[in-house]
Amino acid sequence: MSTKVAIIGIGRTNARSVSPDVSYREMIFEAATKAYTDAGVTHREVESFVCNEEDFLVGYSITDEYTPDQLGAVQKPVQTVTGDFLQGLATAAMMIQAGLFKVVAVESHSKASNVKSLEEVHSFALDPMLNRPLKMSANFVAGLEMRRYMHDAGLSEENCAEVVVRAKRQAMKNPAAAWALNITSKDVLSSEAVSLPLRELDISPAADGAVVVILASEDFAKKNRPNKPVWLKGIGWCSDTPGLETRDWSDAAYARLASERAFKMAGISDPLKDIDVFEIDDTYSYKLLQHADALLFKKAGDSKTKWNELPLNPSGGSLGYGNLFEANGGIKLYEICSQLRGIAGATQLSGAKRGLAMAWRGVPTTTGVVAVLEI
Amino acid sequence: MRRVAIIGAGITKFMRRAQETGKELSWNAASQALFSCGMKLKDIDCVSIGTAPDAFDGVHMKGEYLSDGSGAFKKPVMRHFVGGGTGVFGPIHGFFHVASGMFDTCLVVEEEKMSSCHPHPQGAFRTIFDHTTEQPLNPTLIWIFALEMNRYMHKYGITKKEIALVSVKNKKNALDHPSAQIPENITVEDVLNSEELAWPVNRLDISPASDGAAAVILASEEVAYKYTDKPVWVSGVGWNLDTSYWATRDLCYPEYVEKAARMAYNMAGIKEPSKEIQVAEPYDPFSYKELHHMEGLQLCGKGEAAKLLVDGVTQRTGNLPCCPSGGALGVGNPIAATGMMKIIELFLQLRDEAGKRQIPGRPKVGVAQAWGDLMQVGTVVVLKRDGK
Repeated sequence: MSTKVAIIGIGRTNARSVSPDVSYREMIFEAATKAYTDAGVTHREVESFVCNEEDFLVGYSITDEYTPDQLGAVQKPVQTVTGDFLQGLATAAMMIQAGLFKVVAVESHSKASNVKSLEEVHSFALDPMLNRPLKMSANFVAGLEMRRYMHDAGLSEENCAEVVVRAKRQAMKNPAAAWALNITSKDVLSSEAVSLPLRELDISPAADGAVVVILASEDFAKKNRPNKPVWLKGIGWCSDTPGLETRDWSDAAYARLASERAFKMAGISDPLKDIDVFEIDDTYSYKLLQHADALLFKKAGDSKTKWNELPLNPSGGSLGYGNLFEANGGIKLYEICSQLRGIAGATQLSGAKRGLAMAWRGVPTTTGVVAVLEI
Repeated sequence: MRRVAIIGAGITKFMRRAQETGKELSWNAASQALFSCGMKLKDIDCVSIGTAPDAFDGVHMKGEYLSDGSGAFKKPVMRHFVGGGTGVFGPIHGFFHVASGMFDTCLVVEEEKMSSCHPHPQGAFRTIFDHTTEQPLNPTLIWIFALEMNRYMHKYGITKKEIALVSVKNKKNALDHPSAQIPENITVEDVLNSEELAWPVNRLDISPASDGAAAVILASEEVAYKYTDKPVWVSGVGWNLDTSYWATRDLCYPEYVEKAARMAYNMAGIKEPSKEIQVAEPYDPFSYKELHHMEGLQLCGKGEAAKLLVDGVTQRTGNLPCCPSGGALGVGNPIAATGMMKIIELFLQLRDEAGKRQIPGRPKVGVAQAWGDLMQVGTVVVLKRDGK
C-alpha cells in the first residue's frame, strides 16, 4: 500500500442471541465509546464514518438515516456501504490514502433478533425472476453447494461436523461469544435436517452485536496513541457471479481472488508460513474448508487433513461466536487485532505478529473480502 | 493528491415502468459508458454500485444482484448507499478508489427500479420513518416535503407561484434530454391547478417515480489521457449527514448541504461559488428543493434563490444555469440514477457535448448535488475542465 494506514482503536459489544434490553443505537454507542477510548480520541477527532448495514436486516428503508447520532457523527461525512465490515474498512483505507482524511471510524452491527422471519427475509436476496419463483430458501442454496463441494473435495459429513465441534468448543473460551457449546460430531449429525446434507448445527446461529474500529493515517497513528497501532498491510475484495446458474459450486474463486490482491499488497508469498493467526468465514461448516482451500491451499479438498492444525478462528468463528451478518468481518478483525496486540485474553495465541481476517457475505453471494494485518 | 477524471458516460431512458430488470438497466448504462470512451471491461479495475432503497427493487443484497449487470464479474465491487444522495455520492466513492492509488480505473453504476414496488413506490417510503415514534402515524414522504416547503415559504416569504417556475423551467429544459420521462411545456397555472397531494405540494411540484440507470468511468490522469483529450476532473468532493431526528431541526435551510458544499469547494479551491460556478445541477425532486439547495450550495444568500429564478438567471441562457438537463422534475427521478444523470449533464456541458441543452460561454466549472435520507444528507461534486 502506498500510504500506510493502521487500526488505532477497537470496540464491540458482546454477541448475544437476543438483546431485548438495548436498542441497536445503544449497542453502537457502546461499541463506539469503547473504540474511541481505545484509540485515545473522542468522536470529535474522527473525521468521517463508514457504516455497513443492509436495509432488509435492520428493518427500515435507508438504513443510512439512522447511523450518525449514536456515533457522534452528526453533520459529518458519513456513508453507508451495504457490504461486509471489511469492505467498509477498504473504503476507509482508500479515503485516508487519497490524502483527504486522517481518522475514519468503521461501524457495523446486527440486531438479527429483531427479525421475525429471518429466512424469508434472507430469501429476498435470490434472483426475483429466475430463482424466487422456485420458492427455495437461502439455506437450500447452501445445501446444494455443500453437496457439490463435499463431492469434489472428497469430504464426508463427519469432516464438516468436526468443524462445528471445534468452533463451538473454542467459543467456550471466548466470553464475548453467544453460541459456545460442548458437543460431539454425533450431535451435529443427528441435528435437524435443514436441506441435506446441511443440518441445523452446520449453520451459524444469528446473534446481536456491534463493532467499531478506528482507522488512521500513519502520521496520526504514530502520534501519542495509548496502544500500539495494527497496520493494515493489504486488503482485497471480489465478487464472482451472483447467478446460481453460472457459478462454480465448489471453488470459492472469489476468496482466492480477494486473497491474491491482499497478499500482493502485503508482500505475502506463502500465507501458511507468513501469517500467524487466521479468522476465516465459517457461516456454514463446509464453508470453512472451502475457504481454507481457496485462501491457503490449491484445490478442493486440500484443507481436509491440515485445517485442524492451523491457528484458526480463535474467536470461535461464526459457528461459535454467532453470525452477525454485515458485522462478521468486523468481529474477525477485532479478534485479529486483539491477538496481535496480546489482549485476546483466554483465546490468546502466543507470538502472533501477522494475522488474516476473511469474510464472506453469505448465500447467495460470491463476495469475499480478505484483510492482512501486522503489528 | 492523485488527479481523477471522468472519461466516459452512459445513461438509459428514464421511464415509469421498464421492461428491463435492474440488471439489464445497469448493463445498458455501463456498456454505453464503456462504448463512449472506447474501453473494454478488462480495462476496468473495480466497480462501485449505487442504488437506493432495496424496498423498491424488492431485492436484498441488491449490490450483489446488480453486480454482473454492472460489469463487476470477478472484480472488486462494493455498493455505496446514502439514500437520495447516492447518485452524486457514487463518483465520490469511485473517486477514492482511484485517488488512493489502489486502482487506475473505476466504473460507477447508479441504478433504480422503482416500478417493482406495488401498488406504488410511494408506499415503500413509509419504512424510512422511525419505527417507534413516526411509523404509527402512517406518514408518507410527501408529508415531510410539505412540511419543509411550507417552512421555507413561510420563513422567506416565497410564494407557490414563484416556486412553480422551477417545474416550468425544468420540464421545458427536459424536452431536449433524450432520456426524459415526462418533459413538457407547462405554465405556472398548470402547476397551481394540478392535484393537491399534501398542501402546499401539488402533483406538478413533484418529480415522477422512475426506472433507469446511469454510469460513468473514472480514471487516473495518465490513463485518462489515453482515452480522451477532454477529461473532466473531479475537482472537489463533499458529503455531510445530519441527525436522524429531523423533527427537531429547522427545515428552512439545509445546513448539511452547506457543509458538504464547503468541503467540496475547499478541495476545489473555490472561494466564491456564486461567482466561480458556471453551471449547477442541484437536486430537484420537488420544485422548491432546487431553490433550497441553491442556497445550501452557497450560490446565493438564504431566501434569495427565488429572485434569481424569477429574473431568469437560472435559465440556460442566464448567468447561472441551474438544471439545464431538465432535472429530476423533467427527466425523471430514478433516485440513484438521477444524481448520476446530473453528473453526466455537467460532464457533457463542460465538454461542449450537451447538444441542444448546451449552455453558452464554454463553461469550465460546474457543481452537482444530491440529497436524501430524512432531510439529512448532502452530497456535492465539483467538476472542472482544463486543470485544477
